[in-house]
Amino acid sequence: MAFFELHPQEWEALSLSLKVAATALAVSLPLAVLTGYGLARWRFPGHGLLNALIHMPLVMPPVVTGFVLLLVFGPAGPAGQFLSKTFGLSFAFNWMGAALAAGVMAFPLLVRPIRLAFEAIDPKLEEAATSLGAPRLITFAVVTFPLALPGVLGGAVLAFAKAMGEFGATITFVSNIPGETRTLALALYTATQTPSGDVMAFRLTIISAAVALGALLLSELLARHLRRRIGAADD
Amino acid sequence: MIEVDIKGRAGQFAVHAQFTAPQGVTSLFGPSGAGKSTVTRMIAGLLKPEEGRIAVNGEVLFDSARGIDVSVQNRRIGHVFQDSRLFPHLSVKSNLTFARWAGRRSADRSLTEVVELLGIGHLLNRKPGKLSGGERQRVAIGRALLSSPRLLIMDEPLASLDQARKADILPYLDRLRSETGLPILYVSHAMEEVARLSQTLVILSGGKTVASGPVSEVLASLDPGTDLGGEETAALLEGVVAHRDEQWDLVDVALDEGAVIQVPGLPASLGDRIRLRIPARDVSISLTRPSGISVRNILKAKVEALRPLDGPYVEVVCKIGTQTLRSRITRASSADLGLAPGQCVFLLIKSVTIDQGRVGPAFREI
Repeated sequence: MAFFELHPQEWEALSLSLKVAATALAVSLPLAVLTGYGLARWRFPGHGLLNALIHMPLVMPPVVTGFVLLLVFGPAGPAGQFLSKTFGLSFAFNWMGAALAAGVMAFPLLVRPIRLAFEAIDPKLEEAATSLGAPRLITFAVVTFPLALPGVLGGAVLAFAKAMGEFGATITFVSNIPGETRTLALALYTATQTPSGDVMAFRLTIISAAVALGALLLSELLARHLRRRIGAADD
Repeated sequence: MIEVDIKGRAGQFAVHAQFTAPQGVTSLFGPSGAGKSTVTRMIAGLLKPEEGRIAVNGEVLFDSARGIDVSVQNRRIGHVFQDSRLFPHLSVKSNLTFARWAGRRSADRSLTEVVELLGIGHLLNRKPGKLSGGERQRVAIGRALLSSPRLLIMDEPLASLDQARKADILPYLDRLRSETGLPILYVSHAMEEVARLSQTLVILSGGKTVASGPVSEVLASLDPGTDLGGEETAALLEGVVAHRDEQWDLVDVALDEGAVIQVPGLPASLGDRIRLRIPARDVSISLTRPSGISVRNILKAKVEALRPLDGPYVEVVCKIGTQTLRSRITRASSADLGLAPGQCVFLLIKSVTIDQGRVGPAFREI
């Protein structure tokens, strides 16, 4: 049975990954909902540019993103200095920096399904809600958002999985510090670089796969439940 | 009382609508592309007119001169859309009460009352996705009614339904009209619905109101060249069911001044006031009372005017007492008969042309 028990190092990497991914998702989700809604419903100057910027981390080498983060949010970067002076927040070589890197890398995967979900909602329904006296925010809360929820959920699962497995930007931005920034992916990489680390690498692979599979199954269940609530045809 | 006098545009399409309507049902009629939806959206506040004034029951909703433009949210206009627009994730009950819990509208009708009026009690716990088209429209009407509206706009509420479903809903619209006392603006391109339901008729063509007034007057005086989107010009006659002949399944409808029209297979009871819609092409003219003829409805009338139509036709406008009937005949026939205003003639109406679908109960207050 000893095979199925997690070593302290594995447990550390897994719980750190979960913490980093959950934090990244929790902070970026409201922002992604706003961005997705804005891109779907509003036409403004710079619409295309904003869309392109959001998708940059998806197409650039992750190391580039990590390096840019280091330049901007690092101890010497303008945003890094501002945040540390004003709020006492530091992203340098700690788990919050890992969460920032994971969040930025996962953001395009989060925004895209959310935007598509909002685009699929007929604005006429919002018009109907307004004609029934509902203020805009209430309309968003009780009509638009609930209808977009399956898309939001889909994006969240994808982004969570991406954040769990983020590697390139994380190692560039916050390095590979055990217990602080060594997430599952980094621990796996470290194991493969260590002589006789094969068993460890194999076990971490299984853990990663199990977490990913669990997330996908959970999202499928939730999505089915939501679709039924919305009243779409059961499948 | 609805007062509308607005100018504006939707894209390249300019509209200029001008009409006033008393209580009851006002129909906004016109072929597709006449600007009905644009005008309706302006009244509802979904589209801003460039200038003009909109008032309902004396309350000004829009007045460009005084800078008044009440928002959609506060306009209190119940809008029933052609595509019902029910919220798919909410139950029928939550849809019905939406204006109360999401719009903070007060209740001037109870849910029970509206549910009973529209016969939707058995649907309350269902989702809109599980309703038929007719049920969905009834729920949409209920939802609008429960938003304590000052005016109900019904934008082609039957257009997406098949004939059988329309027939299911029409009685509910009749009840709605007679039981709520709410002013209703009914948008339609189907003359059949308009003739059945409305007291006031506003005809739109090319974005402009070309006629408005009491429905029988408008239909009687309508310029025959008006584009009705393929609908034939017709006249409305009103009368009282005076006699039922069960043996031959005929009903006698007494018009004023003693004239009687026989209608076959009409499900109406003695004393009902009803409307008959008679297309101009189904009326022929004779100078003398014909005999030995299968046509049962032969009415004495006086020629009021002759209006030449495009092509070989002329429309003869005739008066039977105070009511107007129109007849479309060829110009050759008219010349042969030597028709002229003031002349007494006999109008022949084939009974079979007055079918059930063209008959609706009339308002007693007219």
